[in-house]
Amino acid sequence: MTESRVRIRAAEKRFGDNVVLNKIDFDVGKGEVAVLIGPSGAGKSTLLRCINGLERLTAGSVEIDGEQLEYKEKSLNHIREQVGMVFQQFNLFPHLTALENITLAPQMVSKKTAKEAKEKGIALLESVGLADKINAYPSSLSGGQQQRVAIARALAMDPKLMLFDEPTSALDPELVGEVLQVMRKLADEGMTMVVVTHEMRFARQVADRVVLLSDGVIAEQGTPEEVLDHPTSTRGMSFLTQLQAELKDMEEDENK
Amino acid sequence: MNDFIDAFVSSIPIFTQGLLNTLTLTGLTLFFSVFLGLIVLALKVSKYRVLNWIASTYLAIVRGIPLIALLFVIYFGIVSIIRVDAFTAATIGLSIHSSAYMAEIFRSGLSSVPKGQTEAARSLGMNKLATLRKVVGPQALRVVIPALVNQSIIALKDSSVAAFITVEELFLTSQRIAAATFEPLTYYTIVSLYYLVVVGVMTIFAHRVERHYEKRG
Repeated sequence: MTESRVRIRAAEKRFGDNVVLNKIDFDVGKGEVAVLIGPSGAGKSTLLRCINGLERLTAGSVEIDGEQLEYKEKSLNHIREQVGMVFQQFNLFPHLTALENITLAPQMVSKKTAKEAKEKGIALLESVGLADKINAYPSSLSGGQQQRVAIARALAMDPKLMLFDEPTSALDPELVGEVLQVMRKLADEGMTMVVVTHEMRFARQVADRVVLLSDGVIAEQGTPEEVLDHPTSTRGMSFLTQLQAELKDMEEDENK
Repeated sequence: MNDFIDAFVSSIPIFTQGLLNTLTLTGLTLFFSVFLGLIVLALKVSKYRVLNWIASTYLAIVRGIPLIALLFVIYFGIVSIIRVDAFTAATIGLSIHSSAYMAEIFRSGLSSVPKGQTEAARSLGMNKLATLRKVVGPQALRVVIPALVNQSIIALKDSSVAAFITVEELFLTSQRIAAATFEPLTYYTIVSLYYLVVVGVMTIFAHRVERHYEKRG
């Protein structure tokens, strides 16, 4: 199992009596794209946030490329340097321009020179289609543009793993596509990714593996076809039924 | 009216010295109270209970005592142990008094920055200090500028209390002249004008700073 980029064993997370993650084993291979789906409150985001230590496990362990995550400043910082994270609310730094958002961490953490960081930042902004927004402040960017800057910001640290926490959930529907496109490109380039999302089409097209979480356990996992078309667990089937009902609602809304 | 203008003009040299002392006292107070306020804040948000308790007790005591009582305790109390001049005692007292409010202002600034900002910075591998310096601090500072200006204005006006422990600042100057000339109305009006002008200049400056930050959206 040396091929595992992420290795989570017996992960348990509880807030008081509330068990959010119940002894989860979860692995992500190098270059794999794993998509976490499931009803809200299932623990998807919590599991994702445990991978870079934003949430602390109550019990169990997380390893990135065999390096154990410890809840100490030094270990956390070292793991996080290698793990990029993209948030639902973008969380760009509003007092910095798009380029400054991207160049900050490489200069502060990786000790890159301002020139190196800037060259790389400009290249990254180009790759997400925002070459003309280098000096724009986040407040002047659309949600989709902000999220693309946020992805570029994470990539500036040369991560070997990218975590996406519902990256399109806060976006207007017409802006979702541009963000998914950037993520798809990233997957094609071989980036290891863990994505929490409600975008089933993205899961179907990009995921190597779909993981269905429900009530703090992995109810089902496998290829997109296996999980989304032929679920075997009762939880999987009920989630699928719920999804189909939602899809139907959306179609009806569109037809109005 | 002419009498008033004459009084104003002829008292300018005397008041200038008082004004300089007031500005120096206020400047030192602001410097030390920001410094002290940040220390108190650091204790207050520290993970050690004892330090939290020390900060809370300090804030409760300082906010619970009238400024004039605090100055008297320091001046007449400390003078009996070690010799300090009135100006030093006033600086210490005013700084302590103001630091409680500074700590509160900085705390509100920090808590105004969304948690997602810290999470984003920390996710990039930035340590706590770098996150504070480059991400949370600058955003908190923008939020607290109006409150800081307000506190500076209060500190300027509060410095007049130093007159009661014989610091030769603006207000004591006006008291001396009023007593010597038997014209309290004239000279207390004049000294009020001095305060008003300085506060006006500070306010204009503050608006400039705020607008500078607003531009960046």
